Amino acid sequence: MSLPNIGRSRIGVLLLVIIGLCIFPFFARPYLVEVAMIYFIWMILAQSYRLIVTIHDWQLYHVVLYGVGAYTSGMLAKNFGIPVFAAIPLGGAIASLMGVAITSILLRTKGWSFYIATYGLAELIRLSWLKFRNPFGGSTGIIDIPYPPVVAGIDFSARIPYYFFSLGVMLVIMYMLYRIEKSRIGDAFKAVSMDPLLAASTGISIPRQRLQACAIGGFFAGIAGGLLVHRLGAVDPKLFNIVTMLYLLIWVVVGGTNTFWGPVIGVSVMYTLFELSRPLIQIRPMFFGLSMIFVLLFIPGGIESLISKAVARWRRQRDVPIAEAE
Amino acid sequence: MSSQLLLQTIANAIAASSMYALIAVGLTLAFGVMQMANLAHGHFFMAGAYTVYALYALRGWPFWAAVAGAVGIGAVIGLAVERGIFRPLRGDVVAGFIATAGLMFVFEVFMGEVWGWGYMRPVPSPYMRAVKFMGASVAFQRVIVIPFAIACIGGLMIFMRYFRLGRALRAVAQDPEAASIQGININRMTALAMAIAGALAGIAGGLMSTIYAVTPALGSHIILPALIVVVVGGMGSVGGVTLAAIILGFVMTFVTTLVDGVTALMVSVAVMALVLAIRPQGLMGHVVT
Repeated sequence: MSLPNIGRSRIGVLLLVIIGLCIFPFFARPYLVEVAMIYFIWMILAQSYRLIVTIHDWQLYHVVLYGVGAYTSGMLAKNFGIPVFAAIPLGGAIASLMGVAITSILLRTKGWSFYIATYGLAELIRLSWLKFRNPFGGSTGIIDIPYPPVVAGIDFSARIPYYFFSLGVMLVIMYMLYRIEKSRIGDAFKAVSMDPLLAASTGISIPRQRLQACAIGGFFAGIAGGLLVHRLGAVDPKLFNIVTMLYLLIWVVVGGTNTFWGPVIGVSVMYTLFELSRPLIQIRPMFFGLSMIFVLLFIPGGIESLISKAVARWRRQRDVPIAEAE
Repeated sequence: MSSQLLLQTIANAIAASSMYALIAVGLTLAFGVMQMANLAHGHFFMAGAYTVYALYALRGWPFWAAVAGAVGIGAVIGLAVERGIFRPLRGDVVAGFIATAGLMFVFEVFMGEVWGWGYMRPVPSPYMRAVKFMGASVAFQRVIVIPFAIACIGGLMIFMRYFRLGRALRAVAQDPEAASIQGININRMTALAMAIAGALAGIAGGLMSTIYAVTPALGSHIILPALIVVVVGGMGSVGGVTLAAIILGFVMTFVTTLVDGVTALMVSVAVMALVLAIRPQGLMGHVVT
């Protein structure tokens, strides 16, 4: 069930949020600005993961594609001197290719085997970063990755310009994913996930749609990796292990995947809790694991479905007296 | 590679195969009966290892009593997971799979909080002797898992073939609806499958606790090879999983001995990818339509 159409008021809320995000870095502590940049990266990851989930390909390599983007972009900028702003989309392209490669090996593998095999192949990529010290740097990873240059008098290696850069990239990607979902491609994805046989009989090629989904999703995951690496200036394989993947899964599942706004809510609520619970760092995973199990058992549509239910109830109550008066 | 080292490595490979088989057979059994399986299965193994540590190394129980305790703990955890997660989510493969991913976090934190983070819990070996065979010597403790794996998996196969309850399990695996029309209680069967799966992981964990470093990370360390075994063997096939466990046990042990552990895992994944590219359903899996 999708959010009821509240048209104008929703655009108003969106504008308010964007204005809020624009004035935020001038008042917040530097640490919070850094946290906000990570939040944008999570948002891109969660939203691009949802695109793949709409075709029902739950996979466990998304975070490793994010790593592929980070490694590619970092190494292109460091070893080949390619400008940072060109290296980031190239990283996205390589991540996209990797995603297509993994999925095309497993196209005929079904169900649980598919999920597990995606985990295995993701580990293969991640372990190769550990194994081949040259050029990937082994367990310590790569350091001294170039920061973005000065463009038109603005130094993008500084905190606030980079904040606006990430914010802009995030908003553009979100808009693109929104448009993709509303387009024919998005409809085809949904048709495949609802009833594959029926979809195939109407002329939709299922393997092609699946590869398309993971190519688009992988590209944006790779961009997210590029955003990360040119802010951190370093990268190592531990950032992209299965634990990070599980957190991404938790954000998406707790938020809900039925509509575009599910991952937005999921990342906003859960990542805030994640940052707030930093003092309890050791027992934090248990809380998030339990909250995901709780949502799966008792709120199958995620937090988002609660909100849309509440809005629907509110509208019914508001509309009933009018109907009775007539 | 000298012949002595070769023999030793073969013995180790058979031991590793036995351990993988014990873990993976439980996974595949649970999958066969309820089309769901468990990412937290490695954590059942870890629970078995910690049980032996607590009872044998700390409390001074006899080793075999502690292993029996590990079997019991494994079965109880299996039952709890069936009742708490798999039964309410029956029919929703994705939800079951994701929920057990959350369970990995829960188990890991629980073990870490109870037994301490970052500490390796050493379990002293109850048998110091080594088995000597054609000039090669292998620690008794390392090969002890082999007869247990043969007995457990053989017993399971006999149970599934000749016993009423085992046949009921297979009936549910083939067609739950038809089985329930025959008067088979599906809830009891899924509970039984998870109890067996937990017990087998518990016994493997208990027996291997003297070999492995018992830490809260043990579960996530052991799960990937076990999952590869299940996928390569074919979901739901006990025979296929046994075959895949032998292949993986040899690949992992030989590559670890000759190169290193990371490469061994990479080669195993590559083997899995190769098998799935040719046979998407695994070596002995059935084609799912």
